[in-house]
Amino acid sequence: MPFKKFVEIGRIAVLQDGESAGKIAAIIDVIDQNRVLIDGPCSGVPRQAYRIKNIHLTPLTIKVPFSSRSKVVRAAWDAEKITQKWEESSWAKRMAMKTRRNTLNDFDRFRLQKAKTARNKILTKAANKNAKVLSKAGKL
Amino acid sequence: MAKNKNKGQPRNYTLESGVARFGKSKTYHKKAVYKFLKKKTPKQASGLKPAFIEKKIDGAKNGGTRMVRVRKLANNYPTQDTPVEKGIKQYFAKHVRRVRPTITPGVVAIILAGVHKGKRVVILKQLPTGLILVTGPFSINGCPVRRINQRFLIATSTKIDISSVKVPEKLNDDYFRRIKAGKKQAKKEGDIFDATKKEYKPSEERKTDQKALDKDVLQAIAKHPEGKALKAYLRHNFALTKGQYPHKMTF
Repeated sequence: MPFKKFVEIGRIAVLQDGESAGKIAAIIDVIDQNRVLIDGPCSGVPRQAYRIKNIHLTPLTIKVPFSSRSKVVRAAWDAEKITQKWEESSWAKRMAMKTRRNTLNDFDRFRLQKAKTARNKILTKAANKNAKVLSKAGKL
Repeated sequence: MAKNKNKGQPRNYTLESGVARFGKSKTYHKKAVYKFLKKKTPKQASGLKPAFIEKKIDGAKNGGTRMVRVRKLANNYPTQDTPVEKGIKQYFAKHVRRVRPTITPGVVAIILAGVHKGKRVVILKQLPTGLILVTGPFSINGCPVRRINQRFLIATSTKIDISSVKVPEKLNDDYFRRIKAGKKQAKKEGDIFDATKKEYKPSEERKTDQKALDKDVLQAIAKHPEGKALKAYLRHNFALTKGQYPHKMTF
């Protein structure tokens, strides 16, 4: 299976470790085998060297020359509307959902449980109704 | 006049090295000695009381009066110094009561042990002995006004505004004290293993106090934006399900 996402200049990646964990940044330059220079002016990530093993590549890229200043990166980022595209992606939504789930307090968990049972009740009722209809018609 | 920042503080003090902070000239000005140089307070009459008092005595040949000391001399001069008592016995009443910062009035807490374990209750206040006063409310989950040690509570982040609830002063540690069965009765029984264990029955006073207090608490719950859900929340017990780990959960 060929690789589709590469560590390249302009690749947007999700950071996994450190202060900026969970945020996205663009790869601006490659330092060596293990490290890249990243910058996320629009996502609150300071320009820094970062371990390649701590980044997860996203399908998004921006067009920037290597070692661009943060100003240039910001311009390209806004032009491509990366922040918007990222937030609409299911990846970002899944991350948000996970953090939300972890930070639910006891009351929230109780309300969630009640909501789930109420929803499932409606679903099973509808499904059973449908099943009854089908079985009567001999199609089940 | 400039605001006196030094109010209540000594005008001069000694530094760690033993030297006074301000010298003679400075203290002269600080204390405004020039103001008091010419003042003379009138000498007050010395408050010395006479050491001897003349007292009348009986007896014809005793001279009529005697000079008696007002304060008698000591009768006993011990040869050894008595050891100084170090009065730092930490009586229970003197103990410092600490409370977990998350346990504040109005917080919903989960009881972890006892008859009411798993129940979600409302914290009312901390009593002088350090125990936490909670209530179900009784009509919601059957937990009465009760004392619990904070060790057996998990405080959730759900808060109810109970500033309008006035916990009566009489609900203190004395009120909740355990009433021990009379010892005389036990002796009369004869058989130690008599099976008739006296079941606890709440007094009428307890019932009325419970009702009065719960009325206010229920009102406070109703006022809460999630009041209806809160009531159901307090009614249901807490339990862990598969995949839930208390050290990873936020309460």
